[in-house]
Amino acid sequence: MRKLRMTLNGRPVELDVDESRYLSEVLRGELGLHGTKIGCNEAECGICTVLVNGTPVSSCVYPAFKAHGAVVETIESLSANGELHPLQQAFLDQGAVQCGICTPGMIMTAKALIDDKGASLTEDDIKTALKDTYCRCTGYASIVRAILQAARGEVRVDSDSTTATSPVGRPLPNPNARAKIDGSARFTDDYTFAGMLYARTKRAGVPHARILSIDTAAARGLPGVHAVLTHEDVPGHNRHGLVIDDWPVLCDDKVRYAGDAVAIVAADSEEIAAAAVELVEVDYEELPVVDDALAAAESGAPLVHEDRNDGNLLKHIQVDKGDIDAGFAAADAIVDRTYRTQSAEHLFLEPECSIGVPAGYDPVEFGGEVDAAAVRGEYARHDKTTIYVGSQIPYQDRNQAAAALGVEPDSVRVVATLTGGGFGGKEDITGQIHVALLAEKTGRPVKMLYSRQESLLVHPKRHPTVIRVRIGARSNGALTAVQATLYGDAGAYASLSEKVLTRATTHAAGPYESPNVKVDCFAMYTNNAPSGAFRGFGVTQSCFAVESTMDILAGQLDIDPVELRHANALDVGRTTSTGQELRESAGLRECIDKVDSDMRGTGFRWHWEEGNSRFAWGTAVAYKNTGLGGGAPDKASAEVEVWRGDETRVEVRISSAEMGQNLPGVLAAGAAQELDVAVGNVRVLLGDTDYCPDGGPTTASRQSFVSGNAVRLAAKEAAADEADHVLVRYDYEAPRTLPLGEGGDMHFAFSFAAQAALVEVDMKTGEVHVRKIIAAHDIGRALNPLTLRGQVEGGIVMALGYTLTENYIQELGKPWTRLMARYKMPSITHAPEIVSHVVEHAVSTGPFGAKGAGELPSIPTSAAIANAIHRATGVRVHSLPVDQDELLRACTSGADRVELGWGDLEPIPHVSLGGET
Amino acid sequence: MTIVAQVSVQRWQHYYTPTTVAEAIEILTRYDGEARVVGGGTDLLVETRRGLHKPVSAMVDVTHIEGLGEISIEDDYIIIGCGVTHSQIVRNEHILKRGSCLAESCGVIGGPQVRNVGTLAGNVAHALPAGDGTIGLLALGGEIEVTDIDGARWLPLQESFRGPGKSFIDRYRQVLTRLRFRPTGAGEGSAHHRVMRPQGLCLPIISMGVRVALDAENLISDARISMGPVGPVPYLAEPAMQVLVGGPATASQFAKATEVALQDVELRASKYRATREYREQMVRTFLPDILKRAANRARRGLS
Repeated sequence: MRKLRMTLNGRPVELDVDESRYLSEVLRGELGLHGTKIGCNEAECGICTVLVNGTPVSSCVYPAFKAHGAVVETIESLSANGELHPLQQAFLDQGAVQCGICTPGMIMTAKALIDDKGASLTEDDIKTALKDTYCRCTGYASIVRAILQAARGEVRVDSDSTTATSPVGRPLPNPNARAKIDGSARFTDDYTFAGMLYARTKRAGVPHARILSIDTAAARGLPGVHAVLTHEDVPGHNRHGLVIDDWPVLCDDKVRYAGDAVAIVAADSEEIAAAAVELVEVDYEELPVVDDALAAAESGAPLVHEDRNDGNLLKHIQVDKGDIDAGFAAADAIVDRTYRTQSAEHLFLEPECSIGVPAGYDPVEFGGEVDAAAVRGEYARHDKTTIYVGSQIPYQDRNQAAAALGVEPDSVRVVATLTGGGFGGKEDITGQIHVALLAEKTGRPVKMLYSRQESLLVHPKRHPTVIRVRIGARSNGALTAVQATLYGDAGAYASLSEKVLTRATTHAAGPYESPNVKVDCFAMYTNNAPSGAFRGFGVTQSCFAVESTMDILAGQLDIDPVELRHANALDVGRTTSTGQELRESAGLRECIDKVDSDMRGTGFRWHWEEGNSRFAWGTAVAYKNTGLGGGAPDKASAEVEVWRGDETRVEVRISSAEMGQNLPGVLAAGAAQELDVAVGNVRVLLGDTDYCPDGGPTTASRQSFVSGNAVRLAAKEAAADEADHVLVRYDYEAPRTLPLGEGGDMHFAFSFAAQAALVEVDMKTGEVHVRKIIAAHDIGRALNPLTLRGQVEGGIVMALGYTLTENYIQELGKPWTRLMARYKMPSITHAPEIVSHVVEHAVSTGPFGAKGAGELPSIPTSAAIANAIHRATGVRVHSLPVDQDELLRACTSGADRVELGWGDLEPIPHVSLGGET
Repeated sequence: MTIVAQVSVQRWQHYYTPTTVAEAIEILTRYDGEARVVGGGTDLLVETRRGLHKPVSAMVDVTHIEGLGEISIEDDYIIIGCGVTHSQIVRNEHILKRGSCLAESCGVIGGPQVRNVGTLAGNVAHALPAGDGTIGLLALGGEIEVTDIDGARWLPLQESFRGPGKSFIDRYRQVLTRLRFRPTGAGEGSAHHRVMRPQGLCLPIISMGVRVALDAENLISDARISMGPVGPVPYLAEPAMQVLVGGPATASQFAKATEVALQDVELRASKYRATREYREQMVRTFLPDILKRAANRARRGLS
């Protein structure tokens, strides 16, 4: 301990600090300034940025005593006098805040820039200064707009979020954004409880092995350790899983991937817990590893789950329409190509964190006070096992934790905290059950925060796939047949693989009407990290394959690729691959027309050269279902409570997740519209399973539609009742759907998209830069144009990363991508200009006509970029992500395709149509 | 190999911020190998978190030493103290004009937050085969001052490398106190270029620096070329430099020198960085480019 002196946020501070602490730890820990967030502890992501003597530094690797005697500024300094700094106001106005975990670091980095350059700063200055401050949600465009607005002292009108009484369709800021820009918003790691312990997990470290013994004696003997648990200590069901319960809470017989949990520890400090984990001795008999989907399908492959009947086959998914052979016989041209897509990481900037609080917990016992704010004000109490977590499916967390604890679901409460990005990666269980077990075992609150490196190792990724697509068409461009075979690597556990790959399968023929379609998809278990939900949900992969193939077909038929797509596009009256006739709300052709006419503006050329660069446009289209579909009941229940008086107040309660997509704003707007009150008078309480009815999973682009309807209809009922105090609960069920294979309505709505990408290929290096994206999305109705723009820009940039830089690499089941430094998500320097057109073909069953928008923008981007690369260079991309080394080699050698993506060592394997027999 | 799921939490007990060199040496001597010098720490501390360094009892932060946080000009040298950050170098008008190669190379290191804290001395002491700042300083003919209990002495930068991440400097007992180079003057110019592959690892595929001097007849009177990573330590392309000296500053000469440089090194494929062919191609493309840029600067009388 030594005295650390600094001037912090304008005031001198002096405190005794352990000399080994980093500045971020002192700010968040000793000083309680939790506005400074931690994303990686590698000085990579920049979200921990604070200013030291006016200069941005990454506080996570900045020793506290480096700041001795310095002037330190954190996000908390900006609105200290109660007034927002112009940057904060601009971030609100421009919708530059989504999940909010990067916002404090982003604003502090920008503040230093504005202090330095003032009103003269340019977009280039912003790109230079923010190069290493990452955001996973916004795609950066709104951040650039916000910084320019603040630097120029502009004031944006129509951003009053409180008084609007007809808020639907207006660009209002996210009601949570205010707390996110001043550092007061609390994510799970920002909560502490008196007497709280810290937990860590013993990971398998090997991808496939039989457990011979687990010895916890040394770990239990370490002073400061309160509990060490193994599978023997799980009182209830030692498995979890959203579809199939095959994932051990704590491994018993085997470990099936390197991130498997074998033991968990709770201790007085993180350091002690980490040391204890090292002392847990596990004796393994290592087993052969199967590490790709095609190998897993071979007979004699090592079995991941020996108790299953179908070897490593998790599911064979099929689409069958018409007569595929007749379709190809009628074709004048046939294109047949095979593609490979990589495993990808969500890289939400908030690593997973869960806190378990035992039933009957009384903070006073541990020298604390009842922290009302921490447990949602008037609802403060812990009379049952409580889990604080920022996950996407609060009720499923509750049910799965209860099963593991061996209690009724009602005996567990999940309090959904803010989610620092999800994108599908926070649907499965990570630490939720573990903290509940440890809390009940120790009688104390227990926090389990994953390091970035652990997060990379553990949670499900995007499915790697190999996809063969064969398309036949007549010489006029009319499709006659589409056949595809997909192999999807599901990893070690089922997670949502069946659902994800079903979506990949049903969307594999693209948003087109083809009379004959046959698709076979094999979801295979392997010893890789599990694959699960990720924005786009399987459609991202099959869209890349089918839309690349459509471009080749257009070339072969000598038809303009836009025209070819337009001619075959799904439309009202046309029928999907699964036999669903579209009766309304199919605006794909308008999307195509909007993008096409914008792209072909003044001086349009498909491609040109400038110096060492080649420029070209590429296009692609996509569609995506809204909601669960496939016969799954899709329900949401909501409560709306109204207190009428001089000023009417409304509370909306529903268990759904806010990840930055502005669900509270969308729900509040719907309620305010129906009740004819100011939107600022509507409070939305999300995701406390004891107080909020189940809104269902925050997945499948379904919340605006399903929960939106539940809230709107509850509010409508409340509006009809004129009493001073009204409480309405509405149980909404979306229109019924049918399972795959039965024809009819498999989904109750589809959203449609068209995108055009302008790329620049540097012929000296093979580097690909995306310069512009023109997009049009038919989302039924833009409930909040500001929010929608954020979803579009963020989705596109996320997809750009998937296309050009991102690859979660595993070698024989062992991840090489163990550090954030080994996974390049797009920075602000990669962000292109994005022009977003909104197409509104309302769906009659949607709230105010709306359908889903969350996933769609990230689906067609990869193919649009790949098609542009082909037009620029003549080289067809068959493997993602596009590797500049391989691309340059193909360009110089005259090859017409690249089959190795970054990180690939083997060529794309052969896939038989219909699968191996 | 077992995958380590969590980064190590190993820490030091004391963090010293001496304000004089004597004080820093005194602490290091007292700890007798149990204390380690740290500059900005942007590499060292990340690696320490990962458990890649032997734990020490104390860190001795040399960025608070008075007088060593500045860039100065003395006796025909530009002198850079060990507390000077990359950002300071990038903004320094003397270096921008008379050591552009160094300003360019420090300008591509990491991102702003790293450049604001990381130091050139730290980059050099880390002795990576392709530390950009090191490559830039090497092209300029830089020297480093090493101070220990026996005093201070200057040595040429290229004599400090011992292997990847290994330096002549004993980071438990010695401080790299200052760095210096002779600024480019009339008829001299320098330039740097680096190629990254944005996919995957955040490390350069090739980083190259050059310094050339032209005489009145437009002939090259002196040349230095540095490159990395082309081997275990930063590489000074002496055969290529010899090809250039005495010849004209023309594209064909630059291409010839480039081929000689390529013959003298063994570029390697690294699985997740680049193929050998790609590296070669990048050298062929960009080494002539920067030689031309440096020569143009020399002609303009700038650096």
